[in-house]
Amino acid sequence: MNIIVPVKLVPDLVEELSIDPAGTALDTAWLRMIVNEFDDHAIEQAILLKEKVGAHVTVISTNIEGVDDLLFTAAAKGADRLIKLTGDLEAGNNNHALAGELARIIREMNPDVILTGVQAHNDLDGSIGPQLAGHLGMPYIGYVAGVDVSGDNVIVRKEYPGGLIGEMQASLPAVFGIQAAEQPPRYVAISKVRQMMKTSNIEEFDLAALDSTGAPVVTRMFQPEVAERASMLSDNPDEAAGQLISLFKELGTL
Amino acid sequence: MNQDIFVAIEHLRGKVSDISYVMLAAARDLAQSTRGKVVAVLLGRGVQDLANNFNADQVVYADHPLLADFNPEAYQKTLASIINQHKPRVVSFGHTSIGMDIAGGISVQLGLPLISSVRNFSSGSKVISQICGGKIMAECDLPEGTTLITMIPGAYNPELGQSTQIPTLTPVPVSAFEGLRTMLIQYIEPESGDVDITKEPLLIAVGRGIQNQDNISLAEELAQAIGGVVCASRPVVDQGWLPTSRLVGKSGSTVKPKVYLALGISGAPEHVEAITGSDVIIAVNTDSAAPIFNIAKYGTTADLFDLVPILTQQIRNAKS
Repeated sequence: MNIIVPVKLVPDLVEELSIDPAGTALDTAWLRMIVNEFDDHAIEQAILLKEKVGAHVTVISTNIEGVDDLLFTAAAKGADRLIKLTGDLEAGNNNHALAGELARIIREMNPDVILTGVQAHNDLDGSIGPQLAGHLGMPYIGYVAGVDVSGDNVIVRKEYPGGLIGEMQASLPAVFGIQAAEQPPRYVAISKVRQMMKTSNIEEFDLAALDSTGAPVVTRMFQPEVAERASMLSDNPDEAAGQLISLFKELGTL
Repeated sequence: MNQDIFVAIEHLRGKVSDISYVMLAAARDLAQSTRGKVVAVLLGRGVQDLANNFNADQVVYADHPLLADFNPEAYQKTLASIINQHKPRVVSFGHTSIGMDIAGGISVQLGLPLISSVRNFSSGSKVISQICGGKIMAECDLPEGTTLITMIPGAYNPELGQSTQIPTLTPVPVSAFEGLRTMLIQYIEPESGDVDITKEPLLIAVGRGIQNQDNISLAEELAQAIGGVVCASRPVVDQGWLPTSRLVGKSGSTVKPKVYLALGISGAPEHVEAITGSDVIIAVNTDSAAPIFNIAKYGTTADLFDLVPILTQQIRNAKS
């Protein structure tokens, strides 16, 4: 089985985010990029399928800072082929542009299953999976937490609100938006990633001119304006504990 | 193209999802500036009565056995055909397990722009999305032509999406579905846990900030001391540190406790939408910019690993 996993790097939300001087985008100078957590689950799900039924796993990402680490880490987990997309990424850093190009490249690879994160926190023009499926003429199911393969069919567990699961069948080839792998993304030792840097190869594919049709243009980016922020207790743990005790008593929970 | 605002209604097992009413309320707001109608688009089997309380000028209803339950292909095909025929100004989908499955495909299929994570409209034609885990807002001008959006809750009161006046129902023909490649096999009920977190008055919630499984015991000891129950946000459950029955958020439970103590939870929109019904939210997070402080009534940036053991001890002392 041929599994393709398109993944992307996103700003680490643990770091402070700031807006660029034009006021229309994040200031990339200070951004630390990490793998989109749902994409990390998509990689894990692909490796789990490889272990269960046998598969050739290709991980694809765009050439931004941190991509080599991301790809070598995927190889250390068990990915067979690593691809980074190079070219003018500034021109259209949106999912509509990327989906069109990914479709062009992935079509040639004759995939059986495409697994990608159900969304990324910085998506502004929808997530990549459904658009990719649209270009490739494949069915798409998102919010997937669990994938089983039998022959030409796949059974997935689709999440609905309130913990309800829809067990769904799809015929292959198909695209799935992964919410969570069946088990947490595995840890790999740095030494193993370093070893991959020496032994595995990252192929470079050139992107053609990106077409951003369908993606919105941001006119202003800002931090949320809040009507009323929390009233802050002490940041000293002893004092804060005392204040919380008083609060709990006041609220009748103690 | 006309100036109408279409709302792709979501329902699950006979119940209209809250996001549908949020979208109807938003559509009413937007339709005032576009001077168009609010049109609810309902797909299903024998569910026309669900539309009786919609605050809409018109309901377009597609009835077919294969639309009874959500099927991404059948829903996408039907909605694309309706959108293509009517060419409304805006079509609103939920930023949900249903809406997100189909809006992107329709955008590609019909060549229409798509804006996601939309929270509200402003000044008539500005669309505001909330991204980056709730930390950043992005404002876009509503593009020319028919535009698709996926909406998150938060800015519009779902009650305003309801009305006592029954809207006009217009049935539309549904074309045949040949060769569908996806189908629902069955629903699997949520696993019931030892406790029902939706009924607990005091919840001690842990998020990514709890760091590892061993630290869950800190929250459990606190819960035991004060008489509360531990619940969690998505990352904690995905790691397998707590069972799904303890999950609070979009795919988990919506809770309304008297007190919600959030430990190391950043406050991403998919978590926040499930806790806004709480009487009092108290947030503990070392990141003073965490969005959780925007909805909490009280907060502290004290480190939970320092604070929680002290708090637990003091509660034990107070009780003995």
